Amino acid sequence: MNKSKKFTLIVASLVMLIGLQGCAPKGGTGKAPVYSDTTIVFAKYFTPATTKAMTPDEEGFIRRWSVLEPIEKANRSNTVFTDSYIRNAFVETEYFPNQFSVIPNDGDVVKVGNQELKWHQIESNMFNVKLFRFATGLEKQKYGVIFWAVTIIECEEEMKDVRLAVGSNSASMWWLNGQEAMILSGDRRMVADDGISQRLTLKKGKNVLRGAVINGPGMSDFCVRFYDSNNEILKDLNIVLN
Amino acid sequence: MKSRNIVMGLSALLALSFAQKADAQVGEPYIHDPSTIMECDGKYYTFGTGGGGLISEDGWTWNGGAVRPGGGAAPDAIKIGDRYLVAYSTTGGGLGGGHRGTVVTMWNKTLDPNSPDFEYTEPIQVAASLNDEDCDAIDAGLLMGPDGRLWCTYGTYFGFIRVIELDPATGARMEGCRDIDIAIDCEATTMIYRDGYYYLLGTHGTCCDGVNSTYNIVVGRSKQPTGPFIDNVGRDMLKGGGKMVLAAGYRMTGAGHFGLYEVCEGVQKMSCHFEADFDRGGRSVLAIRPLLWKNGWPVAGEPFFEGTYMIESERRGYALELAVDFVRMQGGMRGFGGFGGRGAAAPNPVIEEQKLSDVIGTWPEGNINIRIGDYMFRPHQKWTITAVPEAGGYLGGLYYKIVIEGTNRALAATAAKDVITVPEFTGADEQLWRIDQLTDGTFRIMPKKVPGCDEELVLYSAGDSFATLDKFDMNSDNSKWNFRQR
Repeated sequence: MNKSKKFTLIVASLVMLIGLQGCAPKGGTGKAPVYSDTTIVFAKYFTPATTKAMTPDEEGFIRRWSVLEPIEKANRSNTVFTDSYIRNAFVETEYFPNQFSVIPNDGDVVKVGNQELKWHQIESNMFNVKLFRFATGLEKQKYGVIFWAVTIIECEEEMKDVRLAVGSNSASMWWLNGQEAMILSGDRRMVADDGISQRLTLKKGKNVLRGAVINGPGMSDFCVRFYDSNNEILKDLNIVLN
Repeated sequence: MKSRNIVMGLSALLALSFAQKADAQVGEPYIHDPSTIMECDGKYYTFGTGGGGLISEDGWTWNGGAVRPGGGAAPDAIKIGDRYLVAYSTTGGGLGGGHRGTVVTMWNKTLDPNSPDFEYTEPIQVAASLNDEDCDAIDAGLLMGPDGRLWCTYGTYFGFIRVIELDPATGARMEGCRDIDIAIDCEATTMIYRDGYYYLLGTHGTCCDGVNSTYNIVVGRSKQPTGPFIDNVGRDMLKGGGKMVLAAGYRMTGAGHFGLYEVCEGVQKMSCHFEADFDRGGRSVLAIRPLLWKNGWPVAGEPFFEGTYMIESERRGYALELAVDFVRMQGGMRGFGGFGGRGAAAPNPVIEEQKLSDVIGTWPEGNINIRIGDYMFRPHQKWTITAVPEAGGYLGGLYYKIVIEGTNRALAATAAKDVITVPEFTGADEQLWRIDQLTDGTFRIMPKKVPGCDEELVLYSAGDSFATLDKFDMNSDNSKWNFRQR
C-alpha cells in the first residue's frame, strides 16, 4: 500500500467514525430514541364546524359531520357483525326518536336508554373521522359502542349514477336521503373505497347522508367520498350540516 | 403477479384430471395454415392451404365457405383501410424436392362471398424463389407497422426466412426493395408489433406428420422489422433461435401458423392450427387461444377449464361471494406457538372445510346480492363454472354458467348494471358469461347481455368489497379477476 492510499483510508475511517457518532443516541445508553406523540386531545383530530362554504377535501373525502356521542352497545368481539346482526342493530332497533330523519343541531341532546348524548358538529382534521378519538376526546365510552353521523351534500344540479364510497372500522350502514345505500359487515378495517354503493342519484339541493358505525374493541373510524358516473372522485359539492 | 400466474397455471394443471376442456372450436374447423383471422360485417374469416377457408358467425363455431382462389399454400390476410389484402403462395413448398415458389397478393372489398362487392383483384407477384435457392417463397405473413409501412415475411425451414416491404396502397412490392434474410429453421412466419419491438413468430419442428408432428411456434424480437430478431437467451433467429409461444398439449399436436387478433386493448387472441386433434381423428384444426405477454414476450394462454373456483379480484385479492351472513367454523386460535401454551399438547386433527350443508340453511331463498369478501374458500365463495354449448360462443371460447357449487344459484347481470345471484339458472343471456384471459394473465368476465343495455360491460370491482358491472379498462385492476381452486 502506498502512502497516498494509506492516507486516504485513514481519512475515510475518521469520516465514518464521526458519522457513526452522529447517529448514536445521546447519553450513550445504546437505546434507540422513542418517537412518541402523547398529545391525544380532541382538538388534534377535530375542529368545531362552521357555516363557511366547505367542499370535500382534495381527495374528495367529506370532513364535516354531525356526530352523536357513542351509544353503549356491548360487544367483546367484532366478529359477530354479520349482515343480520348489523341490520338488527341499526334498522330494527330504535335508539332515539327520528333516528333516520333527524337533522341535528350542535349541542342537541338525545336520550338513549339511561344515556344522555349530545350531537357535535365537527370538521375532521384528517381525511377520515376518527370516532375512537372523538370518544376519548370527549371522555366517553370508546369500546362497545355505536356512533351515528349525519352530513348534508348540496348539489347545484341532479347527479345520476354516482357511487358512495365508504371505509369503516368496524361495521357500518349508510343511508342517502332515507334509502339504504350500503352495508359493510364483518370485522372491518377502515380502507378507503372498501365499500362502493350501487349507482345512486344526488338530487338537486340538499341530500342527507346518514351513517351508523358499530365497534367492539379497538380503533374506530370512517371515511366517505363519492364517485361520479365516470368513476371520477366528486369534489364539487357543498357540505353543510343544517 | 408472478405468484398469481403460477397459481393459475397450477390450477389449470390440477383441473386436467377432472375438468372438461372447452378449447376446441366446434363445427367443421378443419384447416391447415390458417391465415390471420379477419372480421368482416360481423363474421370471422380465415383462409387455409389449398384454397378456401372457414367462416364463423360467433368466433366459436367454424365451417367451410370462405373463398380464396388460387390454391397454393399458407395464406395471410390484413385489413388496410376498408379493403382486405390477402397474400398466399401459388406453390406448395419443397415437399416434392423443388423449392420454386411465388408469393402473390390480391385485394377484396369484402370477405363475404355472398356480397355483391365480393371480387378479388388480379394477384400481384411480390416475391419468388428458384429451384435450389436457399429459400422457399411460400408462407407469407403480413404486418402493418406503427409507421404505416407494410411488411411481408416469407420462407420455410429449407433456407432463409425473408422480409420485403410492400406498398400499402397497391399491395405490390416497394420499388427497389430487396429481400432481407431474418431467420432460418422457420415456417409460417409473421410479424406483430408491440411496445417498440417487432416480433417475428415462426413455426419450428416437423410439419405435416399428423399426431407425430412436432410443429411449435417460437418468437424472437427486434427493434427493426428487418432484424436482427433475437430470442430470450440472446440467440439470433438467423442461428435458429426462438422462444416458445405454443407447443403441443391438451391432446393436440403440431401448433403452427400464428395469427394475432386484437379484440381490444388487453384482450388478444392467437390463431393457429394443430396438425392433429386427437379427439377428431387426428385432423388438422383451427385453434384460438388467449395471447399473453410475460416480461415482454408473447406466450399462449391456457384454454379455460370447467371446474369449481374462487373468483379472486385482482384489485384487492378478495373473493367474489354471496352477500350472506358469514358463518364461523368451530374452533379458534390454539395459542401462538408450538412451545407450550393453550392446546399445544393436544393432537392436530385435520379440519374439514366448511360444507354447503353447514351454511345453506342460513341463506335467503330468493335473489341474493353479490359482494367481494375476505378470501376464505367458504361455500358462498365457491363457483362452479360450466360451459353452455347451446348458448354459442365468441372468439376462442364458449359461454359459461357460473353457479354456487352444489346449487343452481346463478350469477346474473341486472338491468341496473349490477350483479346478483338468482336461485335457478334459466339459460337467459344475462346468466351467461364470457371469460377472456387478458394479456397479463388475469381474466375478464363479461355477461352475454345486460338487460336493457347495449353496452359491453364486465364484472367490475367498484370497491374492494363490492362488485358491479362497468366498462372494461385494461389499465384498471377493477376489471380483472383470477380463478383459483385452493
